[in-house]
Amino acid sequence: MKRWVSVPQLRRFGMLGMNSRNVDFIGRYNERRLFPLVDDKLKTKLLTQDHGIATPALRMTVTQQHEIRSVGAKLDSLSGFAIKPSKGSGGKGIWVITGRDGDAYIKSSGARIGIDAIRRHLSDTLAGLYSLGGTPDVAIIEDLIEFDPVFAGYSHEGVPDIRVIVFKGFPVMAMLRLATHASDGKANLHQGAIGVGLAMDAGRCLKAVQFNREVLLHPDTGKPLNSIRIDNWRDLLLLSARCYEMTGLGYIGTDIVLDRTRGPQLLELNARPGLTIQIANGLGLVPRLRHIESLDDRRFRDPAERVDHVMREFAPRKS
Amino acid sequence: MNRKLPFTLAVIAIAVVGLVIAVLRHLETGAPWTPGVERSVWLVEARVDFVASGEPVTASLSIPENLQHFDIGDERSASPGYGFAIVNDDGDRRIEWTRRDAEGTQSLYYIAQFTPRERPETIEIDREPVAEQVYWSELQRSVAAELLDRARQTSSTPRSLARELVKLMALVDGDQNAALLLAQAESSADLLARLLNDAGVPARRVFALQLEDARRRQPLQRMVEIYEEGEWLLVDAATGEVGVPRNTLLWHRQGRSLLDVVGGRQSRVSFSMIRQSVPATTLARSSRTDSIFYRVGVQSLPIEEQSMFKMLLLLPIGATVVVFMRVLVGVQTAGTFMPVLIALAFLQTSLVPGLLSFVSVVLIGLVMRSYLSRLSLLLVSRIATLIILVIFIISALSIIGYQLGYSTGMTITFFPMIIIAWTIERMSILWEEEGAKEVLVQGGGSLIVAIIAYLLMRVPLVSHLTYNFPELNLVLLAAILAMGQYTGFKLSELRRFRAIQEDID
Repeated sequence: MKRWVSVPQLRRFGMLGMNSRNVDFIGRYNERRLFPLVDDKLKTKLLTQDHGIATPALRMTVTQQHEIRSVGAKLDSLSGFAIKPSKGSGGKGIWVITGRDGDAYIKSSGARIGIDAIRRHLSDTLAGLYSLGGTPDVAIIEDLIEFDPVFAGYSHEGVPDIRVIVFKGFPVMAMLRLATHASDGKANLHQGAIGVGLAMDAGRCLKAVQFNREVLLHPDTGKPLNSIRIDNWRDLLLLSARCYEMTGLGYIGTDIVLDRTRGPQLLELNARPGLTIQIANGLGLVPRLRHIESLDDRRFRDPAERVDHVMREFAPRKS
Repeated sequence: MNRKLPFTLAVIAIAVVGLVIAVLRHLETGAPWTPGVERSVWLVEARVDFVASGEPVTASLSIPENLQHFDIGDERSASPGYGFAIVNDDGDRRIEWTRRDAEGTQSLYYIAQFTPRERPETIEIDREPVAEQVYWSELQRSVAAELLDRARQTSSTPRSLARELVKLMALVDGDQNAALLLAQAESSADLLARLLNDAGVPARRVFALQLEDARRRQPLQRMVEIYEEGEWLLVDAATGEVGVPRNTLLWHRQGRSLLDVVGGRQSRVSFSMIRQSVPATTLARSSRTDSIFYRVGVQSLPIEEQSMFKMLLLLPIGATVVVFMRVLVGVQTAGTFMPVLIALAFLQTSLVPGLLSFVSVVLIGLVMRSYLSRLSLLLVSRIATLIILVIFIISALSIIGYQLGYSTGMTITFFPMIIIAWTIERMSILWEEEGAKEVLVQGGGSLIVAIIAYLLMRVPLVSHLTYNFPELNLVLLAAILAMGQYTGFKLSELRRFRAIQEDID
């Protein structure tokens, strides 16, 4: 592999570059005033509830420092939950409590912590320790995802999530992100998580990459990655497609997890989704985006129609 | 493509307007395109400040007369409400401002153009000067005699005598005699002149101005002139060097005082100067100030403001570099336009010292910031704390640098403090969130962009064009607008996406 790729090669591949993404898609299809809907998880959450989009149920929000004192009693009724900073990014400040042991809480890492530690964490969150730029924040407490056993052995610590790029309500490309030891349990590709490109017709693995190189086995567990296939694929795409009506943003990344009992759940939205998904898929976004732009909007008012269209149109070509 | 047409036309129109104005200015005023075919002219502005006490005011400032190395041209005065005249008082040229009644703070300006002469002119001396009588106290006389004896032993001419005296006066461990006299003298220049006169060498104190481009509020420097073989020679009382350095302007010779103000108090004079590149033709008609291009040009402003504009007009170059590097090359920078500000600071400090001090301030700041983050302060107070810490760091570095003998330590103060504090804050958040590698990438990117911008701004042609043809900034504006619509790949993406090569074959 050469160290540099040429512009004609990128064109042939249909690669979407950052300038083009910013000017031609984010700039043109995402209205600035709508950005807060996705940058603030609490706003996203309330919006999803209004639109009946499946998402881990919101149990409680903590907005004021004085509310923290009484939080213990409210948490008693929950066996497992996740605490998230509303304006956090990159998974920082997320605590997952998987169960109780007497008075103690058990974190996903197995550590046992007391209610005091939770109070301190909430206080830090409200003070803006995890929010971008350190602005004061709100803590969200929501239901735990019980992640689907199909992923057992595919992810190191973190929950595997599925990123779907949705353009004008059409899911155009999807990728499964698997945390690894190298990425420190985070599903962040440039920190070493594995990106698995998924075929649009049935959610099968197309290709898997880590650190920009193709991998065949999960580096920590040794499980073959090409046998991955996502169940409920159509439901998942439908969920992502409906986020367009919900937010009004034309170009977004939706992050979806699969819950064992409740099926696909929307975790969060991103108004500036990354470009690495194209490498994981071995396919450029440009031809797909141009195809969607050429369609007549009025014909595709129904999310289900859009999903059926992409499942047909973007199915991998048999070679 | 139709959608983009109005935009493209607008961009082209902006660029064309800029170019056309520049060409018209060139034709009208004869301002040259390159800095090479012109002569540099020093515009010096003397500013007299005083507080008038409500009585008739007469302010009189000594101004240069016959100069060996400079032509004096186009003398002007800006002083609303004042009458002014240039008078010759027994060989001492002075400018006099007068007003019936004035109250409050007054600022008077004298502006003159000084053109360096190709070859120094010899100045006629009408009568042979004689050494002045020097009055010493009893103690001083014996000490001075001893000092002169020592200097005489190692010298032969007035010139070498002056040099030896300066040497004795400047000895680090201190010649006791010299130290005693120095303690009682006004300045070392004053003492040198007295000693020389005492030794029978005609010598006089003079005030000289160091010409440095775009300096503001400069004081005059005391120097000494000695008479040797029919001509006056300038002696630097600090170094003992004989002869006039190229960029030294003799402002005032002994005689009357430098500045007299009647009817005012707290008077002071300070100097601003700027080097302009003017072709010989423009120089000839520089009195023609009625041209529209002159009136809307930066050159019509007071020199103090002009110096500032010389810097300001370089900013668009820096901004263009940032846009180019970020959009087309794909360099990551910490903070969008921080590199431009760093580059401007480099212009003041010069590159290597500036780079060293900037990196060390930011590094020390990062270490301190890591302690701050444990206190979990609110953002505003964290930044405020950082600003104070940055000032401490800079003061400490300056003092240490000065003690070690590097005056460059002082120049760090040119860096905008608040920008540095923000840089440290952003870098530190970046460090916590993305790791040290990202800090290196973005910090390094910022510095590379800053260095490129600095190197460009330092090119004489660039500063010449931006200053003499400010309208060319419209061309830069057009370029920035055009780049803002660029949707092609960044250079860095050709590397970032190299993995796709397997897929297209």
